Amino acid sequence: MTGISHDASASVPPAEIEDMALYHPRSWWTKYVFSQDAKVIAVQYAVTALSIGMVALVLSWLIRLQLGFPGLIEFIDVDRYYQIITMHGMIMVVYLLTALFLGGFGNYLIPLMVGARDMVFPYANMLSFWLYFVAVMLLVISFFVPGGPTGAGWTLYPPQAILSNTPGQQWGIMLMLVSLIIFIIGFTLGGLNYTVTVLQARARGMTLMRLPLTIWGIFVATVMALLAFPALFVAAVMMLFDKYLGTSFFMPTLVEMGEQLRYGGGSPILFQHLFWFFGHPEVYIVALPAFGIVSDLISTHARRNIFGYRMMVWAIVGIGVLSFVVWAHHMYVSGMNPYFGFFFATTTLIIAVPTAIKVYNWVLTLWRGDIHLNVPMLFALGFIVTFVNGGLSGLFLGNVVVDVPLSDTMFVVAHFHMVMGVAPILVIFGAIYHWYPKVTGRMLGDLLGKFHFWVTFVGAYLIFFPMHYLGLMGLPRRYFDTADIMIMPASAHTLNAFISIMAFIVGFAQITFVFNLVWSLRHGKPAGPNPWRATTLEWQTPQTPPAHGNWGDELPLVYRWAYDYSVPGAKQDFIPQNEPGTLTRGGTA
Amino acid sequence: MSAILGFIAIVTLIAGWWLSQQGLTAKPWLQIDQAGGVAAGDPRPAAPAQVGLGVFLAVVGSLFALLVTGYLLRSEGLDWRDMPLPWIVWPNTLMLLGTGLALEWALGAASRGDMARMRAGVLVAGGGALLFLIGQFAGWRMLAATGNFVNSGPADSFFYLMTAAHALHVIGGMVALAVTLERIRRNERAERIRLSVELSATYWLFMLLVWIVLLGVLSGSAGEFLALCGQILSEGRLP
Repeated sequence: MTGISHDASASVPPAEIEDMALYHPRSWWTKYVFSQDAKVIAVQYAVTALSIGMVALVLSWLIRLQLGFPGLIEFIDVDRYYQIITMHGMIMVVYLLTALFLGGFGNYLIPLMVGARDMVFPYANMLSFWLYFVAVMLLVISFFVPGGPTGAGWTLYPPQAILSNTPGQQWGIMLMLVSLIIFIIGFTLGGLNYTVTVLQARARGMTLMRLPLTIWGIFVATVMALLAFPALFVAAVMMLFDKYLGTSFFMPTLVEMGEQLRYGGGSPILFQHLFWFFGHPEVYIVALPAFGIVSDLISTHARRNIFGYRMMVWAIVGIGVLSFVVWAHHMYVSGMNPYFGFFFATTTLIIAVPTAIKVYNWVLTLWRGDIHLNVPMLFALGFIVTFVNGGLSGLFLGNVVVDVPLSDTMFVVAHFHMVMGVAPILVIFGAIYHWYPKVTGRMLGDLLGKFHFWVTFVGAYLIFFPMHYLGLMGLPRRYFDTADIMIMPASAHTLNAFISIMAFIVGFAQITFVFNLVWSLRHGKPAGPNPWRATTLEWQTPQTPPAHGNWGDELPLVYRWAYDYSVPGAKQDFIPQNEPGTLTRGGTA
Repeated sequence: MSAILGFIAIVTLIAGWWLSQQGLTAKPWLQIDQAGGVAAGDPRPAAPAQVGLGVFLAVVGSLFALLVTGYLLRSEGLDWRDMPLPWIVWPNTLMLLGTGLALEWALGAASRGDMARMRAGVLVAGGGALLFLIGQFAGWRMLAATGNFVNSGPADSFFYLMTAAHALHVIGGMVALAVTLERIRRNERAERIRLSVELSATYWLFMLLVWIVLLGVLSGSAGEFLALCGQILSEGRLP
């Protein structure tokens, strides 16, 4: 029944949008450097993001060296320590996670998965990457300017961020703010592309409810980012005004070194509101693409249709909306009205409902599935467990009375690293192992991949689980030296040293990943067009890797949803979205 | 944070209304198209550029709603002093209104295929936009002449910041107008030119709307209006 031949007869409705005129590169420069092909831009985004991510990884080692073995390396003095933690946080959250999920996976997967030739505004897409690149370069340059990068903490709270005793006060903070502004402009150009491509350039038959969940996740996250990033933009511009034009948007009346500063009356809390109005949606801007990707990985590698597809879509949309009304749970100790705290605690706990629905659905998708424990699946399973663990400690921190004593302790650091650091990064790894064969035409090494997974997964738990205990003991975060804190027993210092050693091991394991990426480019097993026997459109391209324009002469026609795995009566255990036929999960249609 | 939350609520309502038309309750696992036929889409699809502009305006709207939010929160500070607006902002407003109307006129001409009037309309709009910018700059000079600089007080700071942000967007709109004129000069397809004029007209209307909101906020009348609304809501009658 599924073998009915493709019959593009007259009953096919005409294309809604005329087939786009592609920009054809005429030189090496326009093909590989200033490319307007979303697939090339995706790889550019991914390589830049992973490269700056490696810098952030090295910075995390330096943090752990100081915390585990204080004073061992003289290079890390107080100022450098603050610069290191600031840059680690900012790079990881904005320049790695956001850029890789939306710029990297978004660019590669959106046109291919919706059945388009490319993004709808290819020139803006190219500009988007190059603005991102400039933003990253400014960040790198800030390491080499007089005074070094800013050490204001990744949240850049004023007044500290622009006061003269904060490291990087001369150049660092300016470069940081300008870099963020450029990043946001670049992202907006990319984001317009991602949304409009999903809305307008879908192949015929690709209704919204036939979109793979990866696309739903990236789409909703992009819309959120487009609305939330302006808050960071406004905050950055206002802080630049405060620093260089002497305004007092955020700066209160201050006496520094016995001298009254020119500022007066500004509101640091206003900055916190703006920052977290961006900052909390940002958590979901990273999490939603991860949710989507993990849904597709699980469904493909367990050979089962995703459980509760509609509920998954609604949950993604619901989380997207709710994430705009929870921001002040980051500000419980800012002295705000306690009734606000009650409101934000409530919305924070409500957001657990759609999130829990997603977790249940992943588990139910696995239930009685034909689970293939290959590398992408291992990372996907690792994500579910880690996200649940990180989410549970979030329930503690979402409550005002529990959050107040735990604020600014290592418990918070452990929580957000589990939920927003380790969990999405596990998805990034899983997704790279999953889609690398499509991008390069070769498989990544399996044995190295499994080694990479187990060391990263187990290692991350050995790092961040004990950290919760340190936080519960009261060990504060952002302290340069904790050796003299009276409340800390000697065993806490041993634990700190242990965490540091684990961090070095996990960090080194990432080198095997980088090696695998490079080595497999030449020596990996040839993948063929569809090595995972997946249903979604990107695996059905005429060439692997897909050529410019993705689909040859004719755009694909979509006949079914993205999750027809193990359909009873079908000759294979998957039916691609562009395959006509009459078999459905409920019998023949 | 009421301004930005209000804005997000409006965007959510629009998105929710749109999503409700998209068959989100369908059961895709039961729906399958026969060979040779696939589900038909929207019979009257919008051009990608139109949708792109809509999304972009949401981003711009978010930016200005956040600036207004900042203004309202900061104005609760004890050091806040209201600032007299320079008189020139009112004729400037008329100039911006004229720009919008000229583009609407150009769009009407484009729909009738009257290329000469359309071109005239776009040129008038460009001139109006330039005069608006010059007028805004004159407003800055007037403020500076009375000792109101960007760092003189929070109200002054917001005036300069908001007008600068708005002016940058107006300059962006002027670039779009220049592109439209270039398309007319190169005699591109009438449909393509009409789309350009239409996009510009929508953009300028939005710029006018943003400016009126900003003017309401900066002149304090928005605050009075909101206070009046609050009073009506709490007491159930006009004061």
